[in-house]
Amino acid sequence: MKKALKVIALILALAMVVAFAACAGKTEPTTEPAGTDTADTTAEGTEDTTAENTAADLSNIKFGLICLHDENSTYDNNFIMAAKEAQAALGLSDDQVVIKTNVDESNACYEAACDLVELGCNVIMADSFGHESYMKQAAQEYPEVQFCHATGTSSKSAGIANFHNAFATIYEGRFLAGVVAGLKLNAMIEAGDITAEQAVIGYVGAFPYAEVKSGYTSFFLGARYICPSATMKVVYTNSWFDIDLEKTAAENLINDGCVLISQHADSEGAPKACEAANVPNVAYNIDTSSIAPNTALVSSRINWAPYYEMVIKAVAAGETFATDWIGTIATGSVELLDLSANCTEDAAAKVAEVKAKLEDGSLKVFDCSTFTVKGENLTEYTADVVDEGDFVPETNVILTDEATGITYFAESDEQFRSAPYFDILIDGITELG
Amino acid sequence: MMAKQNKIHEPPFHIVKRPAIAGWKSVLIRAIAIIAALGVSSLVLLILTKKSPLEAMKLVYEASFGVYNKSIDKGFFAQIFTGRKFWAMLQELCMLLVIALAVTPAFKMKYWNLGAQGQVLFGGLCSVAVMFYLNNGFWATHKWLVLVLMLIAAVVGGVIWAVIPALFKARWNTNESLFTLMMNYIAIQLVSCMINVWVPNGSQVMGVVNQNSKIGWMPAMVFPDAWGMHPSAKNYFFNILIVLCLTVVMFVYLRYSKHGYELSVVGESVNTANYIGINVKKVIIRTLVFSGLLCGVSGFLLVSGTDHSITTGLDRGYGFTAIIVAWLAKFNPLMMILTSFLIVFLGKGASDIAMNMGFNESVGDIITGIIIFFIIGCEFFINYRIVKTHREG
Repeated sequence: MKKALKVIALILALAMVVAFAACAGKTEPTTEPAGTDTADTTAEGTEDTTAENTAADLSNIKFGLICLHDENSTYDNNFIMAAKEAQAALGLSDDQVVIKTNVDESNACYEAACDLVELGCNVIMADSFGHESYMKQAAQEYPEVQFCHATGTSSKSAGIANFHNAFATIYEGRFLAGVVAGLKLNAMIEAGDITAEQAVIGYVGAFPYAEVKSGYTSFFLGARYICPSATMKVVYTNSWFDIDLEKTAAENLINDGCVLISQHADSEGAPKACEAANVPNVAYNIDTSSIAPNTALVSSRINWAPYYEMVIKAVAAGETFATDWIGTIATGSVELLDLSANCTEDAAAKVAEVKAKLEDGSLKVFDCSTFTVKGENLTEYTADVVDEGDFVPETNVILTDEATGITYFAESDEQFRSAPYFDILIDGITELG
Repeated sequence: MMAKQNKIHEPPFHIVKRPAIAGWKSVLIRAIAIIAALGVSSLVLLILTKKSPLEAMKLVYEASFGVYNKSIDKGFFAQIFTGRKFWAMLQELCMLLVIALAVTPAFKMKYWNLGAQGQVLFGGLCSVAVMFYLNNGFWATHKWLVLVLMLIAAVVGGVIWAVIPALFKARWNTNESLFTLMMNYIAIQLVSCMINVWVPNGSQVMGVVNQNSKIGWMPAMVFPDAWGMHPSAKNYFFNILIVLCLTVVMFVYLRYSKHGYELSVVGESVNTANYIGINVKKVIIRTLVFSGLLCGVSGFLLVSGTDHSITTGLDRGYGFTAIIVAWLAKFNPLMMILTSFLIVFLGKGASDIAMNMGFNESVGDIITGIIIFFIIGCEFFINYRIVKTHREG
C-alpha cells in the first residue's frame, strides 16, 4: 500500500513537471515570432522619426527612470507618461527606456541607480525628493553617467558635475488652474447657489512642505484674481500617496462647507470623493475627466518630456547641460490639460489672456501687492535657497521687476533654484489641524 | 447502519499525520515543490510577457550574480565575487537574516512576536539620533566612538520595544500578537514625528545624514586594489560579516546553551516547564530581551551600514518576511541562511524580470508569492500523508 502510494506520488509529480515543461516547450516557438514582430515594427518607426527629428545620433542613449511609486500614483505616472512621450518624440526604441517603479527613498534608490548603470543607461532620472542623497552617491561613483533628479535642492551646492536638479514653474500652471476655479466660483455665486462669502475652496495637501505650500498658494491667488471673496482651507494627509486618506480628507472639506476642491497628493482619492458629492474639482498631474466626468474642471501638470528630450540630446551630443534646470510655460514644461465641459464658457479665453500676461511679465503670480501675511505686505523674505543641509534661511527672495515696478516673491527663479521655497501661509488660507 | 454511513460520508482519501519522515523524502518533496513553483511562475511569466521561461530564469540568476562577461579577462567566479550584484544580494540576504535571527528565539518559545518591524524601527531611530546629534568637533575625530554609541542606543531601543509587550505577557498574560503589532504603529509614528523635528521643512524626508563627514557610517572594508572590488563590496562587507557571526552565535545559543533548552521547553509546554522548575516569566522576558537586542542590531546595521538615514520603511517589510524565513528553516539559524537566500534571490530576480520586461514591480511580488505558496504548501505533505480510505463494508 505504502509503496503504491509512493509510486503514484512520484508519477503525479513527474507528470506535473513534464506538463509544465511541455507547456513551456510548446508555447515558446509560437510566441517567439510574435515578440520579434513587435520589435520590428518599433524599429521601423524608429528610423523614420529619427531621421526627421534629430540630427544627433541617439542610438547610444539609454534612459533610466526611477519612480517612488508606480502608474497608480498620478505623480509617478506623470513621469512615466512623459518618458513615453519623449521616447516617441525622439524615436527611441523600447530597449532604450528603462523604468524602475516602487523604489524606496533609501539605499534601494542607490542600488536601483547602479542597476540602471549596469544595464547601460547613460542618463538616469529619479522622481522623488528623498531619492536625492542616494542619487548623489551614485553620481559620485559613476562620473561618466548623468544623474538627474526632480524636485531636488542641492545640485548647486553639491558641486558634482554629473548631478543635476530640475523642476518647473508649476506655480504658473496652478495659477491658471486657479483662474478656471475662480470663474466657476463666480458662476456659482451668480447663479445664487452660494453667497460670495461661501466661496470656500478646500485643498488636500500631502505635507506642509514648500512644494505643496507654493502649489496651493498660487492656485488660491489665481482663484482670488478672478473671485475676490474666495478663501481656502487646507488639510494635510502626511502622505504622498494614500487613496483612502485623500478621499476622506476631501469628504471632510466638503462637509465643512468647501464648494470646490483641489489637491496636491498623488492618488485619485479626492477627485472621486468630489464626483460622489458633485463638487467641482481641479486636479494635478492627471486628466480626471474620465473618473470624474461631471465635476472635473481642469488639471495643471508639469510636462517632463521637454526636460528629458533636452537632457538626452545633450548627452548624445556630448554636451553639458544645466546643473539646476527650470522648466517654464515657454519650454512647454508647464501645462494646463484640456478644459472640461464643466468649466464656464469663458474659461478658455480668460486662461489664454492670463497666460499671455504671465508670459510677457506684466502679471506675477506672487505679486506682493496681491496678498498679505498677518495683515502686512511682504517686503523682504529670507528663504533656505542654498541647501547645505542646515535648514537655515539665507537668501532674500523678494525682488522688484524694473520694467513693471512689481515687487514679487521670486519663486523657482533662475538666480536661486528650481525647487520651490515659497513656504508662507498667506491671509485667506487656513490650515486645518 | 454502518454500511449506510460509509456510503454517504466517507471520502475516497483521508489525511494522516506522519510520525516521522525519511530525510531523502522531505528533500524530494521540497525539490518537487520548488520545481512546481518555478513551473507555475514560468507559466505566469509566459502568459504576461510572451518571453521564454529560460530567458526569465537567466534574468533571475543575473539579478543576484551579475552578468557574466566573456570578453573580460577574469574568471567566472572572480567576476561574481568582485561584482556589485553579488554583494548587494548578500547585503539584502543578511539584513533579512539578522531580523529572522531576532524573531527566532521568541517564535521557538511560541511567543508570536509580530513586532520585529517596530523593534527594528525604534532601534534604528535611536541609532540615527546619535548619528544626527554627535556630528561635530570631538566626534568627528572619534568616529568609532559614535559607532559604538549608535550600537548601544539601537540595542537599548530594540530591547525596550520588545520588553514592554513581554512584561505585559508575563505579568498579565496579554495577547502578544496584538500588542507587538500595535507597538509597530507607535514606532512608525514616532519615526515620522522625529523626522519632522529634525527636518523642519516639512518634507518628511530625512535624507542621508553626515554624507560628507561620514560620521556614524559603518567603515568600508579595505580590499587590495588589484582585486578590483566594486565599492558595494567594501561598504557592505562588515554588515555581512557581523550578521554571519551572529548567525553562528544564535545557532550555538539555541542548540547548546541552557537558555536555548529552556525556551524550547516553554515553547513545547508551559506546564512541563513549570513542573521541572523553569521560571517561565523569566524565560519569556529574557528571550524577548535577546530578540529585541538583535532587532536593535538590525536597526543599527540598516542605519549605519545601509541607508545612513531613516524612513518609516527602514525595515523593508522584513519584520514580517523574517517570520517566513525563520519558520521555513525550522528555526535553525544555519538553515536560515538558505531560506533567506531563497527569498532574496527570488525577490531580486522577479523584480528584475518586471523591470526588464516593462512590467510593474508588483509582478515580482506575484512571482515571489507563488513560490512561497508552494514552498510553504509542501510542508503539508512533509507532515501529513494522504491515505486511500480503507473500506470495511
